[in-house]
Amino acid sequence: MSSSGEARFRGADFASALQEAGFDFFTGVPCSLIGSVLRALQDQGYVPETREDAALGLAAGAYLAGRRPVVLMQNSGFGVSLNAIGSLHQIYEIPCLLVITWRGYGGKDAPEHLVMGRALPELLGSYEIEWRPLGDRPLDEDARWARERFDAGAKPLALVVPPGVLG
Amino acid sequence: MTTLTTKDAVEAALPALEGHAVVCANGFISRWACAVKDDPAHFYMIGSMGLASSIGLGIAIARPEQSVAVLDGDGNVLMNLGQLPMIATSRPKRFFHFVIDNGVYASTGNQPTISPQVALEEIAAASGYARVARVRERAALDEKVGEFVGADGPSLLLVETLPETGPPAPRIPFTPEEMTARMRAALGVDA
Repeated sequence: MSSSGEARFRGADFASALQEAGFDFFTGVPCSLIGSVLRALQDQGYVPETREDAALGLAAGAYLAGRRPVVLMQNSGFGVSLNAIGSLHQIYEIPCLLVITWRGYGGKDAPEHLVMGRALPELLGSYEIEWRPLGDRPLDEDARWARERFDAGAKPLALVVPPGVLG
Repeated sequence: MTTLTTKDAVEAALPALEGHAVVCANGFISRWACAVKDDPAHFYMIGSMGLASSIGLGIAIARPEQSVAVLDGDGNVLMNLGQLPMIATSRPKRFFHFVIDNGVYASTGNQPTISPQVALEEIAAASGYARVARVRERAALDEKVGEFVGADGPSLLLVETLPETGPPAPRIPFTPEEMTARMRAALGVDA
């Protein structure tokens, strides 16, 4: 599941697309599927957090101070994030772009990823988080969509990263 | 043994925090801070327990010149303990972490926390905070607030308080989205 030469897009290009769309505060907890994105952001102020819900708190503070934050995480960490999303961002109308990897995609992964891999779309839906999979369109289109929804929605939204999209 | 209440602790800290962005942990800490002295630059949490320190750090990282204070509680700090080394290693200079330690989860009926057996300020010191202290009476509290606010941080001042016994502070009168809007306006962010 690590990044390979067969990936459809370069992680550095995704990082650039997000920055060009106006996102300017990056934090999160790593996943191998977005390792190339994190490498690209490392020297540009990316803040490595200790937990995904803490990263959401950090992003909320950054938004209060005028930034457009992105929280990058594995979908295992999306489970950790749910209370922050539901009792902070959504009720305080604090937007945030979540970049969530899709471990357990298609039921083919290590056992610890299968339950969340299966539940992820329904969990996003039940929390009323607008989302789309990354990579069905050019990266800059996905990034512009995220910025437009960020400005319009005042709540978290997500780009979900299946395996093989970013390398 | 302390004689201070949560209200006493809030009354001692807030006058020193003019011009700060003040993030207040959920429960009675937010309610007392709002009742004692409200300000548009106060952010009162009603949920997401544990994350006041993260929100404060986010403001501090995004806006290094802005002074930030977090009014936190022992239950909150214990719930997000990893944030102490996170704050320490991020080295926000204008960051004052004020921990009101009453040893209980007050909002849910004063069930005990483990804080009486844990020196949270020593965890902060070991994490790398620039200065830490524990106080339990008013003169020392006032002295340390004066010493820590404005000094290079991050600083953590822990004040031991009594569990709530008197009438509770009123609930927060603002909607959550109002608090977001007024904090952003107070920090000069265009709507």
